[in-house]
Amino acid sequence: MSNGILIQNGRVIDPSRGIDGILDVLVKDGVIAEVGKSLSASGAKTVDAEGLVVSPGFIDLHVHLREPGFEYKETIATGSMAAAAGGFTAICCMANTKPVNDNASVTRFILEKAAAVDGARVYPIGAITKGLKGEELAEIGEMKKAGVVALSDDGRCVMDARVLRHAMDYAAMFGLTIVEHCEDEHLVKGGIMNEGETSARLGIKGMPAVAEDVIARRDIDIAAYLKRPVHIAHISTRGAVESVRAAKALGTAVTCEVAPHHFTLTEKSLEAFDANYKMNPPLRTADDLAAMKEGLRDGTIDCIATDHAPHAKWEKELEIDQAPYGIVGLETSLGLSMLLVREGVVTLPRLVALLSTNPAKIFNLPGGTLKEGAPANICIFDSEKKWIVDPAEFVSLGKNTPFAGKELVGKNCLTIVGGRIVYNPSNL
Amino acid sequence: METVEKKFRGRHLLQIADLTADEIMGLLNTAYKFKDVSEREIKKVPTLRGKTIVNLFYEPSTRTRTSFEIAGKRLSADVINISTSSSSVTKGETFKDTVLNIAAMRPDAIVIRHGSPGAPAYAATIAGCSVINGGDGANAHPTQALLDLMTIHEKKGSVENLKVAIVGDILHSRVARSNINALKMFGADVTVCAPPTLLPHGVNALGVKVTHNIREAVADKDVVMMLRIQTERMQQGLFPSLREYSEHFCLSAKVLKSARPDVLIMHPGPINRGVEIASDVADGPYSLILSQVTHGVAMRMAVLYLLCGGAES
Amino acid sequence: MTAAAKTVLSALEMGRTMARMAHEITEKNPDCSQIILAGIITRGVPLARRLADKIKTITGVDVPCGSLDITFYRDDIQSKGPDLNAGRTDISHDINGKTLILVDDVLFTGRSIRAAIDAVMDIGRPGRIQLAVLLDRGHRELPIRPDYIGKNIPTARGERVRVKLSETDGEDLATVVEGA
Ligand SMILES: [Zn+2]
Repeated sequence: MSNGILIQNGRVIDPSRGIDGILDVLVKDGVIAEVGKSLSASGAKTVDAEGLVVSPGFIDLHVHLREPGFEYKETIATGSMAAAAGGFTAICCMANTKPVNDNASVTRFILEKAAAVDGARVYPIGAITKGLKGEELAEIGEMKKAGVVALSDDGRCVMDARVLRHAMDYAAMFGLTIVEHCEDEHLVKGGIMNEGETSARLGIKGMPAVAEDVIARRDIDIAAYLKRPVHIAHISTRGAVESVRAAKALGTAVTCEVAPHHFTLTEKSLEAFDANYKMNPPLRTADDLAAMKEGLRDGTIDCIATDHAPHAKWEKELEIDQAPYGIVGLETSLGLSMLLVREGVVTLPRLVALLSTNPAKIFNLPGGTLKEGAPANICIFDSEKKWIVDPAEFVSLGKNTPFAGKELVGKNCLTIVGGRIVYNPSNL
Repeated sequence: METVEKKFRGRHLLQIADLTADEIMGLLNTAYKFKDVSEREIKKVPTLRGKTIVNLFYEPSTRTRTSFEIAGKRLSADVINISTSSSSVTKGETFKDTVLNIAAMRPDAIVIRHGSPGAPAYAATIAGCSVINGGDGANAHPTQALLDLMTIHEKKGSVENLKVAIVGDILHSRVARSNINALKMFGADVTVCAPPTLLPHGVNALGVKVTHNIREAVADKDVVMMLRIQTERMQQGLFPSLREYSEHFCLSAKVLKSARPDVLIMHPGPINRGVEIASDVADGPYSLILSQVTHGVAMRMAVLYLLCGGAES
Repeated sequence: MTAAAKTVLSALEMGRTMARMAHEITEKNPDCSQIILAGIITRGVPLARRLADKIKTITGVDVPCGSLDITFYRDDIQSKGPDLNAGRTDISHDINGKTLILVDDVLFTGRSIRAAIDAVMDIGRPGRIQLAVLLDRGHRELPIRPDYIGKNIPTARGERVRVKLSETDGEDLATVVEGA
């Protein structure tokens, strides 16, 4: 290892520098030493990447690691390893653990646990408010010092606009972006799925799209007023995408992410009452799905984030109104996202940007580039590989996916974090 | 602990769409015969001798549970009732575990009433026996729709082109949803009537006409179905008071005048006298409320016979 | 007709046979006012009607005549599955203490008759039950013996006996068809 890794003959895509070609990448001392044609390095481990894509490692801005508090669902270790399996070299974990990551001691705990794992890097996101209650600001400065990279009450929306306004202003002092779970709690109360024709037919309590639209609009307006950045988590409605598009045109510092299930599935999936299709935000209509693709195509949507939400098997087997929201996403993200390339929504280099370069920029994280001197966070994936999703093979403790048994195309083969190979099941 | 017998190839009744129109006609035919049985001195046939039927009720429902119980017993099946108050549910057992435990005792059918939509559908995937939906959340109540269909069919001979109004809390009503599906399958023309707050957003998906005016809803109708209004909906802010609700949506003799002279009045019960239906209308000559109850037993006998009558195909 | 159908009763023979059976019934039951005929659905019903008509011609007595459905009493529900085409049992007269004569077209294993007896018992308590069949093809599986037989026809188990009646099938004819 000390002599480095030479990745040969892969299709190297680095959106940060507009590179897309058959090249070699030399990794040395934990950083990218060189990218070029026919490189050689004596003593380096060689990886034959012919026919594969060499990309800056993926970065997921939205992951629920469940530790501390819900280790039966996922731990920092299993989540980090699952991420590495999916091609991620960095993940940002949400604060809705138990206890909530609303103070530096929890942040430090997460980072200590993460440091002991040979998987993807873990960057904690701190809570905006104490206990995610939406009332008092959490110890943002302390958490920043301990290592949080952004702030979010995800799982819940900051319903009090005044609290949100103060959070944006205060967080700006520490260079932290507010990440908002856009959902008017009153409008969605007790909801299980998107409100519309399917919920009307099935008699399932609905969560109207307008609940997301109004909060996204509110947050964008407040951000524009304060001239502060805001990042909209898991965007899922046409209305919210249009608000972001309009705000960007006006120069507002708004960014947003979309989860793979929101550009691959619709509310119709709920017809079988399978709780593996229950998420928040809920699966929307075909029109919303089309809006996600338009947003990905024209750059309104900045990045893809999984909203990886592992749960125990028995929890998803509860009655649909009692089962928790969410699905796992780290190990299916690439396979689902590749659909965008096959459908011509985005090019492969653009997809790499959505999965890596762009998210790095949004939270100002290391990675997302293959520039010489950058940390060697790399994934090598097979964009043509067909595989069947089998949750039993997931590294994640969470097996809750609606994609079980589905064929996906595109799979990660090898992951390098900080110059170390952390995932390489087929021994490239 | 895993699923019981994946091999089960019998049938379930989870929603009206599980049945073809021909089968529903067959169920009607059979239910009429069971109605005859229920009117004999010996109200019993040996048809399901040796079969076990479990009524698993997660919501209080004297009417539906009793109806299924009597239906099963008149077919000579053994019927066991489990309701939330007397089961391990209160001890925190999951629904799945409860179903698997019951299934392990090898019943031939489980009738499930549950507040969560889709709970019977889920049970059907693990129970290894027939599952009958006895009402799940606001989703479906297929046996109620079938007995309502029988009640209309008996009086009118056919359902085709009949004008039917369903008045009340459509949003939360599984009875409305299943009835709409069944009535439309047989070519009835259905109108729903409720305040907008008690109609689902996306009501167009139900393929019915919509009005907020009960006079308009009832005008020229062959059948008027009233739904029970629950005070809980008032607390949720969906309407201001029972008094105001009944002022706008109560079926009174006066409102009824605009209906067809041979109109049928139905209500799945239990009725709130003077709230959604005036007492004199409920007890009046057009009311089929008790006939619905009688047909409930006959139709549930037919359904149990269809599902437990052997010969997996 | 694929397989060869052998006629066992022509229309003419059927008429004569029914007349003879009606006579036998009146001989065995001197007080015809105590008789109730119950035709087993489907073809037992018109046969019962015909017997009633002939009894009336012979004795002048109007013998009550009804239909009996045995769908819910069959012992093969488990193997054959549910049948949603059950007919209507319609015996409007009080059968208690009366002589109830079951009428069917073909007597084979006897299982239908067992079911019919049970069905009758759930309606009332006749003084006695008798059995009249147009054809007895043998192969009994239960200890059941008819009181009135139109014709005994030796058959192989696999053969099919088919009775057509003008009321239900447009013509009177009984045939035996070789089984597949
Ligand atoms: Zn969220």
